[in-house]
Amino acid sequence: MGGSGRPPSPPALAPAPAQPWRGSLRRLPWFAGAVLATLVFCAVFAPWLASKDPTAGDITTKLIPPIWMERGTMEHPLGTDRFGRDILSRIIHGSRISLLVSIIAIGVAGTLGTALGLIAGYRGGLTDTLLMRMTDIGLSLPTILIAVVMVAVSEPSFRNVVLVIALLLWPRFARQIRGETLAVKEQDFVALAVVAGRSGTWIIARHIFPNVVPTLLVISTLQVGYVILLEGTLGFLGVGVPPPNPAWGLMIADGRGFLATAWWIALFPGLAMLLTVLAVNLMGDWLRDHLDPKLRQAGARVTAATATTAAPIEPAIAEAPARGD
Amino acid sequence: MILEAVDLKKYFPVTGALALGRAQTWIRAVDGVSVQVGEGETLGIVGESGSGKTTLAKLFLLLERPTAGSLRFDGKDVATFGRADVRRYRRSVQAVFQDPFSSLDPRMRVEQIVGEPLIPENGVTRAMVRDRVRESLELVGLRRDSASLYPHEFSGGQRQRIAIARALVTTPKFILLDEPVSALDVSIRAQILNLLKRLQDQLGLAYIMISHDLAAARYLATRLAVMYCGKLVETGACEAVYTEPLHPYTEALLSAALPLHPSARRQRIILKGEIPNPTNPPSGCRFHPRCHRVLAECSSVEPAWREVKPGRFAACHLH
Amino acid sequence: MPLLAVEDLKTYFFTRRGVVKAVDGVSFTLEAGETLALVGESGSGKSVTCLSLVRLVPEPAGRIVGGRILLDGDDLLAKNPRQMRRVRGKQIAMVLQDPMTSLNPGLTIGTQVGEVMRLHQGIRGRSLRERVVDALRRLRISAAESRLGQFPHQFSGGMRQRVSSAIALSCAPRVLIADEPTTSLDVTIQAQYLELLKEVQAAAGVAVILVTHDFGIVAANADRVAVMYAGRIVEMGTTLQVFNNPRHPYTQALLRCLPDVDLKREQLVEIGGQPPDLAALPPGCPFAPRCSERQPICERSLPPAVTVDAGHTAACFLAVATPA
Ligand SMILES: Nc1ncnc2c1ncn2[C@@H]1O[C@H](COP(=O)(O)OP(=O)(O)O)[C@@H](O)[C@H]1O
Ligand SMILES: Nc1ncnc2c1ncn2[C@@H]1O[C@H](COP(=O)(O)OP(=O)(O)O)[C@@H](O)[C@H]1O
Ligand SMILES: [Mg+2]
Ligand SMILES: [Mg+2]
Repeated sequence: MGGSGRPPSPPALAPAPAQPWRGSLRRLPWFAGAVLATLVFCAVFAPWLASKDPTAGDITTKLIPPIWMERGTMEHPLGTDRFGRDILSRIIHGSRISLLVSIIAIGVAGTLGTALGLIAGYRGGLTDTLLMRMTDIGLSLPTILIAVVMVAVSEPSFRNVVLVIALLLWPRFARQIRGETLAVKEQDFVALAVVAGRSGTWIIARHIFPNVVPTLLVISTLQVGYVILLEGTLGFLGVGVPPPNPAWGLMIADGRGFLATAWWIALFPGLAMLLTVLAVNLMGDWLRDHLDPKLRQAGARVTAATATTAAPIEPAIAEAPARGD
Repeated sequence: MILEAVDLKKYFPVTGALALGRAQTWIRAVDGVSVQVGEGETLGIVGESGSGKTTLAKLFLLLERPTAGSLRFDGKDVATFGRADVRRYRRSVQAVFQDPFSSLDPRMRVEQIVGEPLIPENGVTRAMVRDRVRESLELVGLRRDSASLYPHEFSGGQRQRIAIARALVTTPKFILLDEPVSALDVSIRAQILNLLKRLQDQLGLAYIMISHDLAAARYLATRLAVMYCGKLVETGACEAVYTEPLHPYTEALLSAALPLHPSARRQRIILKGEIPNPTNPPSGCRFHPRCHRVLAECSSVEPAWREVKPGRFAACHLH
Repeated sequence: MPLLAVEDLKTYFFTRRGVVKAVDGVSFTLEAGETLALVGESGSGKSVTCLSLVRLVPEPAGRIVGGRILLDGDDLLAKNPRQMRRVRGKQIAMVLQDPMTSLNPGLTIGTQVGEVMRLHQGIRGRSLRERVVDALRRLRISAAESRLGQFPHQFSGGMRQRVSSAIALSCAPRVLIADEPTTSLDVTIQAQYLELLKEVQAAAGVAVILVTHDFGIVAANADRVAVMYAGRIVEMGTTLQVFNNPRHPYTQALLRCLPDVDLKREQLVEIGGQPPDLAALPPGCPFAPRCSERQPICERSLPPAVTVDAGHTAACFLAVATPA
């Protein structure tokens, strides 16, 4: 604002923050967006969209091929499986399972991982070392094997699948959030909050957490694909959400024996999974590229701070650092 | 009220692969500094980068725990502080840092930023926060309605004003300024320096002003302390130090600072060598390898810190 | 004929926010062997001016949209990229603020200094090594011989800046552009560097464009000064002319608002407001909104540069020629 003598002019709006957004919105991956929108739509309105009961079969209509094939019918556009259940209806209902498992597992893992990451990063010292050893162990576990063993021991159910996936997922959140916390912690506003007399809890909640939210969003999105695949794999191996639930992985496993004759049983759920995973990953990449840098820049140059802290200590001592720091 | 450092030391352990299996080595960032600041005065601390100024600031702000020595507030050792004492200290000692971007959380509104030091536990109500924040903003020359904006809507100079407003909001006695104008444009520096001076006169503040900019330090400081490689080499009344430096380092530092006029030529002392490494400081006087007046004993005997003239302290064998 | 003549140079950035007129009609000349200081606040267009001189404006956003750059009467803007590469390094060399960005962290100092000589002068083998050691010695890198194999991070900031200068000067350029060469250095190291630069300049007879925001450096090192504000040169003259008798209100205000090491000022005369946004410049004089001597005309039209004294110009409606 103007010098003391002048009437203060309204603060000049520094590069309008809305601008970069508008540009990147234009470059939003529309394909991915459309796929995800369809998926969510299907999941929410599954009972109205699906013409058939996904679990009730009719042996008389078993193994009908998709509509464009010789024996195909309007009734079952994507054909039926060996129990005569409508594949399309099952895929539509299956989107609910995939989405629910993803949301809950990521919610649980994200909350746990973020909390631990924040604490480890902010407190540092022994707390940090212990928590990070735990995540190291978590990250080096053979995921599928552990998941199979755990679900098998505790018998397959929706709840168990979600819990197992969450358990395997939290270290990814913890590790990244800790890294981001370290970067934010280097910012002067954190030291100044301590000087202001604020407690560690308050600082984590009010300064650190809001500044790691963008990262959190990006990791969460990128994990959706992983969770869907993991859930599918568990289903395929027979330790996922138990039948007759129309989980995609389970459907693929069902079709395994018919690949030569009734390939559609496995192909369509497989395609659904592929499209979904591709779409969320594209979306995650876009978020990382567009949301993150912008927030980093507005977020008081977190990158610059990371760069300085990440630099090895030795050279910094061996030479005269830049003046005026 | 008086803020006092007594033989304060801060060593950082050297980490990394090189240190493995060897004796622990230390970065002696601050190595025995004694200074005091009384009410209403400005202690300028000048020195080159790496001389330990910011580390000293962090010690004053209780952001780092001293390795040795003590910090006293009104004669009471900070190490013995209880919760209530710490709270009082926090209210009395505030800070403004160099980087006006990193100092303000981009996700908070100015109201929350400036009101941050007003803690509910101290019996502050919401209405009080509102009023104090706006008063503070006015004190630093910002409009009251700036409170509802976010930091990115302000320029560097304005952000520094917001940072100053936050430091003022608890009506502290001491404000630590770590390079308060170094990151600002030259035409903005005068605005902030004048503001700081006006606030001091108006509110009776005491400043500890850390700077590598000798001109800015001269403008604000009443007393000056010169640091070199973690140690003080000289202290005294600001004007006396500028006009008649006692330590050869002060002399060289002043001669390296360029006056604002082409005809103001003076004797130039070009120091040889580099700024030493605080992990392994030179023996004897730390300045001796670069000193233009080096004596035989300088390399072996560490000069004592003594009062050379009334009110003038220095650590140099010449005196 | 001056060594370098820049005429009405305009370099714009075409951004989403609009056209940023980073350099908007800059003209100056540089004689062989002299030091011209380009001084101004950050964002005033100093670096972009320098980059324009060697045609390294970041494309595609940035473009030189007008003007001429005459080196020995030869227009650099008419040269093709290959010819331009030969000009860079050989005729015009550059030293940047952060030597870390101009040195490759993965190559030894010896390789990097040698590379330039090999490329431009075709020196090879033993004589190359000798020349490299020589170049480093001239910039007072002690034990140059043994430091050839070291990497940039093993050098201090001041030494790195001297190495970049050694590289810049290794092909005996006629113009050296030093863009804030000491901004990241400490004062005592800055003093060392500037002293050395002066010596080397005198020995090699190279003309220097010294970019800085520090009027102290200008006062101590420059023969002539060009003061930049919002992409224009608002005042230009010999150092003594500009410091003794500043004629543009911006220069006057700046010189009054800076604290000086040499005297204790009781009050600094501050300049209100802040530097303008180059994407949304006012129609008149860009300094008008902050100017204490603003006239109605200042807000409407752009003041042309007026010669106020021999070799001293100011772009202000209030500036008039001093009667001889
Ligand atoms: N947290 C830290 N860990 C290790 N070394 C540090 C740390 N903080 C500062 N140092 C070192 O201490 C010395 C003094 O640094 P600093 O106080 O920042 O100096 P100044 O502010 O005077 O430039 C430097 O050598 C620096 O590398
Ligand atoms: N790559 C770029 N894209 C857009 N604008 C730029 C770019 N580089 C510089 N500018 C603009 O040009 C102006 C002048 O910049 P610069 O020459 O770097 O200033 P100085 O060196 O005087 O500090 C600034 O306002 C800056 O925003
Ligand atoms: Mg510092
Ligand atoms: Mg620049």
